[in-house]
Amino acid sequence: MNDWLDPLLLSRWQFGLTTIYHFLFVPLTIGLALTVALFQTAWVRTGHAKYLQITKFFGKIFLINFAMGVVTGIVQEFQFGMNWSDYSRFVGDVFGAPLALEGLLAFFLEATFIGLWIFGWDRLPKKLHLATIWVTALASILSAYFIIAANSFMQNPVGYQINEAKGRAELTDIWALLTNKVALAAFPHTIFACFMVSAALIVCAAAWHLSRNQHFDTMRPALKFGLWMMVIAGTLTFLSGDQLGLAMVETQPMKMAAAEALYNTSTGANASFSIFTLGTPDGVSELFSIRIPYLLSFLSTHTFDGTVEGINDLQAQYTQLYGPGDYTPTIWVTYWAFRYMIAFGVLAVMTAVGGLWFTRKGRMPRKRWIWKVAIWSMPLPLAAMIVGWVFTEMGRQPWIVFSLLKTRDAVSPNTTGLEVLISLIAFTLVYGTLAVVEFRLIKKAIQKGPEEAPTPDAESGEIKHEATVY
Amino acid sequence: MDLPTLWFGLLAFFFIGYFVLDGFDFGVGMSIPFLGRDARGPNDTDRRVLINTIGPIWDLNETWVIVAGAAMFAAFPEWYATLFSGFYLIFLVILLALILRGVSFEYRHQRPEIAWKRRFDRMIVVGSAVPAFLWGLVFANVVRGVSLDAGFNYTGTVFDLFSPYAVLGGLTTLLLFFTHGVVFVSLKTEGPIRERARQLASRSGLLTILVAAVFLVWTTVSFGSVWSGILSGVAAVTLIAGWLANQRKAEGWSFTFLAATIAFAVLSLFVSLVPDVMPATNDPANSLTIANASSSGYTLTLMSWVALVFVPLILAYQAFTYWVFRKRVSRASITGAPEPSAPDVAGPKVSA
Repeated sequence: MNDWLDPLLLSRWQFGLTTIYHFLFVPLTIGLALTVALFQTAWVRTGHAKYLQITKFFGKIFLINFAMGVVTGIVQEFQFGMNWSDYSRFVGDVFGAPLALEGLLAFFLEATFIGLWIFGWDRLPKKLHLATIWVTALASILSAYFIIAANSFMQNPVGYQINEAKGRAELTDIWALLTNKVALAAFPHTIFACFMVSAALIVCAAAWHLSRNQHFDTMRPALKFGLWMMVIAGTLTFLSGDQLGLAMVETQPMKMAAAEALYNTSTGANASFSIFTLGTPDGVSELFSIRIPYLLSFLSTHTFDGTVEGINDLQAQYTQLYGPGDYTPTIWVTYWAFRYMIAFGVLAVMTAVGGLWFTRKGRMPRKRWIWKVAIWSMPLPLAAMIVGWVFTEMGRQPWIVFSLLKTRDAVSPNTTGLEVLISLIAFTLVYGTLAVVEFRLIKKAIQKGPEEAPTPDAESGEIKHEATVY
Repeated sequence: MDLPTLWFGLLAFFFIGYFVLDGFDFGVGMSIPFLGRDARGPNDTDRRVLINTIGPIWDLNETWVIVAGAAMFAAFPEWYATLFSGFYLIFLVILLALILRGVSFEYRHQRPEIAWKRRFDRMIVVGSAVPAFLWGLVFANVVRGVSLDAGFNYTGTVFDLFSPYAVLGGLTTLLLFFTHGVVFVSLKTEGPIRERARQLASRSGLLTILVAAVFLVWTTVSFGSVWSGILSGVAAVTLIAGWLANQRKAEGWSFTFLAATIAFAVLSLFVSLVPDVMPATNDPANSLTIANASSSGYTLTLMSWVALVFVPLILAYQAFTYWVFRKRVSRASITGAPEPSAPDVAGPKVSA
């Protein structure tokens, strides 16, 4: 078989591609649902028309984005069976449960109540209609919890036993699965990062209008909201990321070693964190680097004299435990993904802090570059999120379920390379085309700006909303 | 009843939910070229009427397939793994169709140009027809059985899945969903489009009866049991009743009977499988059964409790949604103007 027709390699590329793509839309769904819910609450409580305008403005962007999140999500679920049937056989008993729980507890809620929200403006009482967006927002967050819990089982398997006769893992404790220490840290980390992504979009949209001196009364509050959301969510992302780091060192020390490309076990000042390294591509020898002593020790153990295990020791340890083999992830990927994640995240928050300073006490900056930075910093948290997931998943390799099943043993044995190549090309073409359409539609919706507030009916004082949407 | 059998039944329930609900919105999607036009050709207002009949609900309907898939993954991992990896290209095409259809609903109304709308109309039609056909093909193949090796991996090719019986199964679901969708349009609209839908359902209903009857008889004779035969019979009777109700302009009854047809037909397929979930045609020893494909007792017990608590809740809030959007959709509700008395005064008329 030709190398490029290797079903394993192609399936990995396909899963990476489709998952990253799906996750372009998920954070916006999660973050914008909450944003829309908050502004609609402000409108219901204060009656100020500007809050309704903001609600509908971001509501429209939310909806353009939502459909993509749904349909690309179905791909995710089907793919486990299609491309990773041996994985499905091995973990279905454990992994299927949180997926089914997600569907029954969260996804049905989200899909039903979003329909009520979109089409229910005129059919539901004001407060009930407000409740529908809150249910949608909370269900999308709950949904994320189950997915993170499922993923966390792959990082740190808990609550299971191996059934030798059936050759599979079986669930023994759902509570242990749902309170996996990795899930407890990864969930807030992911959700706050989702809020950062939507905050960046809000800032971008508001800055675009404000830099053109238009829609001041709606976009100024939106800008301030977005900037604060970014700073708060960003801070919480760092704090929860720190907790996730501790859980990672405890459960997957190899991943932390790979994040730092730390080959030899180091203690204290030697457990330094490099900001930048030049070396041979395999990362084994180093030409030049900028290092902060003690930082890796602190990140890994919260002490300055902690010991961080190196790749070589862990490799030897794992060979003893799991038999001969290479247990090292692709170091240059994990090393740089980890740094880019932090760098993009820090830049996004610093930009927002700068934005709060420039707009303090009603000020509006006049310099063009300030607005340009606000608009173009939009992709930063999204990029941080993508490389963060690349790090999480690539750092687990060669395992698909850490310590239990290797990725190469998980792929569908009967699916041919040609089939996967066909699907990979099909997904790439369709997803690529839709990305262009999606980007243009969101851009157009942003540039069109908020619509004029609907005027209340003269007699009843009721506001007439558009009855149909499609 | 043991737990795996209970979950086999629950899985049938989730797939029935999916086919009854998403089935008719596939049908509405497919009906666009037939009903979204009047004497002068394609009519955008009518197309918007059609799409708005399912606007608030298509998403929740489609969610049933996600839940059915996840339930299969959790309760019958072996079945899920065999089916989805074995029918790889079929599921790929289903996925692509669902993607294009889903985004088309959202994208279609984003720009006013007719060419833009037509493009997404076509995608809705294809994206509805393709899964409507392929889901029938998939389940017919499951009932018929496929060649499996000792590790339960499918050993055939994608071409083996297009046997005459499987293609007939696909045509059956295609026509059933189409007619069900058209009846739904007559139930949910008013004005000329409602009457056009009733007439179309009358014609497509006859074809559906013909094709479905052959498929159900074939299933019963070749793969069925007494019980599945009885269920097939009930499906056939409700199908005819649905057609008759449509002839008498009892749209609600027609819709209900056709929903029952889909439910009983799917149930009949599931019952004909027992005790297998996916029979192996080459060697019965390789067949996936309810017993050997299912999850552990712990997982199934847990899932049973979750289903017991949440399924009634889900049905309640989904029924509430249908109730909220019970009003008929008309041209007037799209354009905001009162329905004109003339057949169509929207276009320019030179002589006037």
